[in-house]
Amino acid sequence: MTGAGTKVHLTREHGLALLAQMLRIRRFEERCAELYTQEKIRGFLHLYIGEEAVATGVMETLTPEDRIVATYREHGHALARGISMNAVMAEMYGKAAGCSRGRGGSMHLFDRETNFYGGNAIVGGGLPMAVGLALADRMQDRAALTCCFFGEGAAAEGEFHESMNLAALWKLPVLFVCENNLYAMGTRLDLSEAETDIAAKARGYAMPAEAVDGMDVVAVEAAARRLGTEIREGGGPRFLECRTYRFRAHSMFDPQLYRTKEEVEAWTERDPIARLRAWLEEVRYLHAGDLDRIEAETADEVEAAVAFAEAAEWEPVEDLMTDVGAEART
Amino acid sequence: MSVTTYREAVRAAIREAMQKDERVFLMGEDVGHYGGCYAVSKGLLEEFGPERIRDTPLSESAFTGAGIAAAMAGMRPIVEVMTVNFSLLALDQIMNTAATIRHMSGGQFRCPVVIRMATGAGRQLAAQHSHSLEGWYAHIPGIRVLAPATLEDARGMLWTALDDPDPVLIFENALLYNMEGELADDAGAVDIDRAAIRREGHDITLLTYGGSLGKTLAAAEQLEGDGISAEVIDLRTLRPLDEGTILASVARTRRAIVVDEGWRTGSLAAEVSARIMEGAFWELDAPVGRVCSAEVPIPYAQHLEAAAIPQVPGIVAAARAAMGR
Ligand SMILES: Cc1ncc(C[n+]2csc(CCOP(=O)(O)OP(=O)(O)O)c2C)c(N)n1
Repeated sequence: MTGAGTKVHLTREHGLALLAQMLRIRRFEERCAELYTQEKIRGFLHLYIGEEAVATGVMETLTPEDRIVATYREHGHALARGISMNAVMAEMYGKAAGCSRGRGGSMHLFDRETNFYGGNAIVGGGLPMAVGLALADRMQDRAALTCCFFGEGAAAEGEFHESMNLAALWKLPVLFVCENNLYAMGTRLDLSEAETDIAAKARGYAMPAEAVDGMDVVAVEAAARRLGTEIREGGGPRFLECRTYRFRAHSMFDPQLYRTKEEVEAWTERDPIARLRAWLEEVRYLHAGDLDRIEAETADEVEAAVAFAEAAEWEPVEDLMTDVGAEART
Repeated sequence: MSVTTYREAVRAAIREAMQKDERVFLMGEDVGHYGGCYAVSKGLLEEFGPERIRDTPLSESAFTGAGIAAAMAGMRPIVEVMTVNFSLLALDQIMNTAATIRHMSGGQFRCPVVIRMATGAGRQLAAQHSHSLEGWYAHIPGIRVLAPATLEDARGMLWTALDDPDPVLIFENALLYNMEGELADDAGAVDIDRAAIRREGHDITLLTYGGSLGKTLAAAEQLEGDGISAEVIDLRTLRPLDEGTILASVARTRRAIVVDEGWRTGSLAAEVSARIMEGAFWELDAPVGRVCSAEVPIPYAQHLEAAAIPQVPGIVAAARAAMGR
């Protein structure tokens, strides 16, 4: 596995960790899709299947102090960031033990502990937030950077332009990670953008930007680490476009009339999990029994999370009005 | 006591907040080098420097959102949006992020941001610079909406707002900036929970806020001449409404008129009127009256603009009608 011409030395341990993380996200979401058809999970459910290399690779490079801003397709980010699978699954169910106490659901996962700022279902809405978090860190001399994930669809929103300009103008520590999966719901990139090279757009704000193969977790990690280092050295914001693909529909309601089976199959050939696994086998990092062990551990974790969510309590209706604002002063 | 203007009172409040707390900074279009489009922040750049008196590009959504998030990460930003008209470009951030994040995150995140903006008509700036949309914001749970109508409030509400754990919007009626009067030298923080009785009376309650307070007090003076004793209530906080003060006054006077520069349909006046119906219907001797802006984009021509917004004669007439005179 090589990324953008960068050779990365990967230990066996790290390679297996990346594989395990991507599998964790995938198996979790496959289970969520089942639970959705059983009506255990309701509302919108946006799966990340196919894109796991992006969250997994980028998250590897972040410190606990760094802040994360994500979109409604954020299960992978939440899990890779370290929010417990139990808390994420309970949130999918809408239970009190969920990471947002059942108030957010699939699209609004939040976690203060890991600096996870959601879970934003307004396309482009997280971009100004990333600017503000980074501004606060800079003004308070904190070393953290803010990592902002968004789809290529957000590049058409005004907030993209405003936020790129502001972050670059004020040289803020933001890593913008565009997950370019080629479609905004059913609208193909070239039907919505005059300039389809998203990294080139970022360069228009005098922001160093690069594009990587988003189906290659090692390439993603290497690029994110390099850009992150530049940000931490005071270089200002950086932009990473990850070219990726979602294997599933946009959401559970999408009949996918806008793309061909052949196209989906062609991309499935590039499955980031299968690719990493093949490479690990090739260099003899993947030993007999490794994959079975990882799969078994993952299955246990997923089933434990389902059991946890099933058993968890509903938030009492009496608490409906809590956390709208602070308690009234008397 | 010394003589000051509303503009100077707001500036003094910002200065004091910035001196008191390192985390406070002011951010907005032209707040620095230009001195603030209503000259509110004049001189502050020299005193505090460009990090803390931060000029922004014309990017209402991004800088408002940035202020909201900076507050979430430990700062105490004061975001200035030139007028409520332009705040609509930032509405997504105010409504979908600031107002929701505490609840949506199950109480994990909060944003103690203060967003200030000018509102109101009367300067012949035509429709896109003259609207009063604070009533819209008062519709939204999760934020607090303030409308300082006096020098004391212009000076005192900001600090209390910065101290509030939730997002606070402060609407400054642009016509008030030149208002002059005496203000105590030690004027400081004020309460932002309660309405204030600005004039006591026993025949009728006139409820208003912001730019209409002066006109309503003038109307009360005229009514006094007609032998009608009007109580004037300054709502001060448009969300959450201080229903206690409103209902107690109406229970005493048994009549009420709401004066609101917003349009009548779906207005804050409609809300106040409905609360009175719900809470004091059996106390009333007359239907609750309303004096609001005409249902028209505020026009440019002076006479048309004046006709579009609440004025003293209209308030007097409404009060007299409620008294059956
Ligand atoms: C402001 C806004 N407009 C429209 C939508 C409806 N919508 C939800 S997801 C989506 C597509 C976004 O595509 P992209 O940004 O590429 O992200 P992806 O879903 O591919 O991860 C749209 C149009 C929305 N949520 N917010």
